[in-house]
Amino acid sequence: MRSAAKLSIAIGAAAAWLAGIGLGGADPDSQAFDQIEKGRYLTTVADCFACHTVPEIGKPFAGARPIETPFGVITSSNITPDNDTGIGGWTDEQFDDAVRKGVRPDGSRLYPAMPFPAYTKMSRDDVLAIRAYLKTVEPLHQPVKANTLPFPFNIRTAMRVWDALYFTEGEFQPDSRQSAVWNRGAYLVQGPGHCTACHTPKTVLGGDKTIDNLRGFNLQGWFAPDITGDNNQGLGQWSEADITTYLKTGHNRMTAAIGPMSEEIVNATSQYSDSDLTAIATYLKSQPQRQDNTAPLPANSPAMIAGQAIYRDQCSACHGIDGRGVAMLFPSLAQSALVHAGDPTSAIHLVLRGGRSVATRQEPTAPGMPSFAWQLNDDQVAAVLTYIRNAWQTAGTPVSPDAVGKARDQLRARSD
Amino acid sequence: MPKKLPKKDVVIIGLGWTGSILANELTDEGLDVIAIERGPWRDAPTEFPPNYAQDELRYRIRHELFLRPEQNTFTFRNKMNQTALPIRDWGSFMPPNGVGGGGVHWNAETFRFLPTDFIARTHLTERYGAAFLPEDMTIQDFGVTYDDLEPHYDAFEYLCGTSGTAGNLRGQIQEGGNPFEGPRSRPYPTPAQKQPFSHTLFAKAARELGYKPYPQPSGNLSQAYTNPLGLRMGPCTYCGFCEWFGCGNYSKASPQTTILPLLVRKSNFTARDNSEVLHINLDRSGKHATGVTFVDTGGVEWEQPADLVILSAYTLFNVQMLLHSKIGMPYDPVANKGVIGRNFTHQTISTVNGFFDNKKFNFNPFIASGAIGMCIDEFNGDNFDHGPHGFVGGGYMGQVQTNGRPIQSASVPPGTPKWGAAWKNAARDNYLSTVRPGTGVHGSFYSYRDVYLDLDPTYTDRFGRPLMRMTIDFHDNELKQNAFLTDKFAEIIRAMGAHTLDKQYRKGPYDATDYQTTHLNGGAIMGTDPATSAINRYLQSWDVPNLFVMGASAFPQNAGYNPTDTVAALAFWAAAAIRGQYLKNPGPLVHA
Repeated sequence: MRSAAKLSIAIGAAAAWLAGIGLGGADPDSQAFDQIEKGRYLTTVADCFACHTVPEIGKPFAGARPIETPFGVITSSNITPDNDTGIGGWTDEQFDDAVRKGVRPDGSRLYPAMPFPAYTKMSRDDVLAIRAYLKTVEPLHQPVKANTLPFPFNIRTAMRVWDALYFTEGEFQPDSRQSAVWNRGAYLVQGPGHCTACHTPKTVLGGDKTIDNLRGFNLQGWFAPDITGDNNQGLGQWSEADITTYLKTGHNRMTAAIGPMSEEIVNATSQYSDSDLTAIATYLKSQPQRQDNTAPLPANSPAMIAGQAIYRDQCSACHGIDGRGVAMLFPSLAQSALVHAGDPTSAIHLVLRGGRSVATRQEPTAPGMPSFAWQLNDDQVAAVLTYIRNAWQTAGTPVSPDAVGKARDQLRARSD
Repeated sequence: MPKKLPKKDVVIIGLGWTGSILANELTDEGLDVIAIERGPWRDAPTEFPPNYAQDELRYRIRHELFLRPEQNTFTFRNKMNQTALPIRDWGSFMPPNGVGGGGVHWNAETFRFLPTDFIARTHLTERYGAAFLPEDMTIQDFGVTYDDLEPHYDAFEYLCGTSGTAGNLRGQIQEGGNPFEGPRSRPYPTPAQKQPFSHTLFAKAARELGYKPYPQPSGNLSQAYTNPLGLRMGPCTYCGFCEWFGCGNYSKASPQTTILPLLVRKSNFTARDNSEVLHINLDRSGKHATGVTFVDTGGVEWEQPADLVILSAYTLFNVQMLLHSKIGMPYDPVANKGVIGRNFTHQTISTVNGFFDNKKFNFNPFIASGAIGMCIDEFNGDNFDHGPHGFVGGGYMGQVQTNGRPIQSASVPPGTPKWGAAWKNAARDNYLSTVRPGTGVHGSFYSYRDVYLDLDPTYTDRFGRPLMRMTIDFHDNELKQNAFLTDKFAEIIRAMGAHTLDKQYRKGPYDATDYQTTHLNGGAIMGTDPATSAINRYLQSWDVPNLFVMGASAFPQNAGYNPTDTVAALAFWAAAAIRGQYLKNPGPLVHA
């Protein structure tokens, strides 16, 4: 009996080895430390935790977190190895199809709230490593009603059309004219890091406007800023070290993370390896300048005069008369991508509601900004933002009182 | 029966400066620490943001940050033969409440005591003879020396980023600093704050009179600073809203800006706000604390067991807690026995307002910070010969005008009508041209047999327990001291060019309605003899060795300085003793 048992193990091992280079389908080796460790890191890089965990409930990867999309709220699925409610019963093939093709085991289509258009850039090895890691997390029984979208978006078959329009399946292809560091950065940004999911403008149907890659997008009450190398609206004034410090700690000499990026930093980028952060910085800095930059408003325009008076009264105590703030504490408005974004949503949001910057191990201070909604009316908020956008050798389109009023109404309904 | 919570290594009562320091030190040691705070959680950007924190009516006049007397108060009398009555509105001092404690609302004046302040009785007896001290004066030595505390002063100042000019670096007297101070091991972490016009003018006049003016050491920072815990602070904007107010600019040192953001990230730290500790629990022997009992806002009582208890509330609440917990023998002034409640002290404050020609002087009092000022120390401690004057003690004095806030800054020359057009004209004419130093003379308050704390025989709190009673009055020694110092101070203000002086001497009896400072001290004093002190030189209870009592309640008498730097240095000193000695071998650190 004993020898027979040994034989069957040997056959199993051979089958697994064959599967690894062949079609797949077998369970990963639960002792495959290197693969699990790689998967753990990639799971962090891809920030699966953020969407698939309800914050502060203590059920990692068990899903049920409502995800706000322009089309309605989608509830994230349970990706723990629970057999009934999680993905314990899935084959590797099914997992890979879901992550890289947006296809569920029953053949129906995932909504792109799951960033499969980005994850498709990952290799099959990367995806199976994530799978190997997720097999080791605690199985949690948590049924989730995934599709909570309103009609007509609740018709999943519509996603076939969407996929045809906006989804290009396929692994990341390195650009041989660029360095290995640049290619690693491009892979992380476009693939597992899925920076594009928030920072690339979308069409009315939610597909990436690839021509405007990483030039900023308005979602969830914020504007995810332009993170190209653009000098005025993007990260042109940031050094590579500024980018890596920001992603590692949530803060740098010019700015601090606030809003949805805080969560991304805590869960994901603060845990990226230093070399991966450098790769991301290299890639982002290489993204081309815009051609559509506007000219600064003249200092004697009425909005600038009113805005300067409000700024000196209300803002300069922290951000300074010169708009340069205090390094690592109060953001430099003169150099802030958030301030100079073509879309002023985030700046309006901050002035009206205030906010708390992210606290990380390296930068625990987490300074905050008070709400001015009770103190400044729409005209005043518009004036001070117009001033801030144009005051320090920078240029931004004027902010209209109407836009502030609309944001004020929208923010009333938001809890964040 | 209180509901019992899981046991912790350490329970801390009160999360102000000393509670935060101890929590940080003991969590660094790996202990599981819970801090229980009576008041609310307070966070700089949400509780006192710069767009509404500067509200004199809300914070100064209506006492926003302080304990409501409805929750807990004290009875007060001057003399032992009087009947004490409850204080129903805070006056001469402001009991803090909430996370950060007094560290939220302080002016951030960050003084060290003089080396001789720690050995007051020994030093004064040696220099002037025992008969020079009033018979009923009960001053004694601290049991620690300046040299013991120097590294811990240094630790607190570097935690805070204190701005100042050193006067004595390792024994070398430094130009521009206070030449009377004890030797410091290194300079202040940041340079002194810039001084406004009237402060500079005071320094010039003082220098011409032969004094050595120095900038007041300030916890409102002259420049951005990162402390050893990695927390970031910003430069002071000189808004003039420090004392009574929280700072939302991250420029005033407080637990919120220097410790708490790091502390709350530690997995072995828990804080419980809006929970009032009723008493420290003892085992049957009465010599070992088993934890505390507290009540939440719903009226539910909880027992929090712990191996080590840190009592780190405000002076008065420390003493009250010991009395209610029946720890240590209550002080009896008639029999001159007992320790809990003895050597209760405050401060002896006075000022001189100087009125200047408004065509020549515009002092712009709005440019200020809580610890801005040019001071002299010639009349502090025993820096001068007291022999001819017939009193002991002293204080620093200086132009320390901290604000131009409208409700309290409208000073008018003596003799001006108190209302009507004449008052309005005088207020307008003098607003910008008055030197109004606030606590211009910051004098010591030594201890006496009949100044003490005990439980009131009549009035009770909402739990039916006796209120604590304050018996406090000024003695001739302090009034003489104040008259002498106030006159010296007036000479300098006159030399600045004032045409009219308003000398506001401190006079008896002690008035509980007139704000002096919040520097109440003593009642659970440190010392070397369990017969005359409640705690030993490591702030450890003589009676209950697993209880340490932080705060100015440990001061046997008060020196002529603000207490916070010394309170914090003692906290670091006690923390070092707990980490280095107590935890290795829990028990008394000093055998009496």
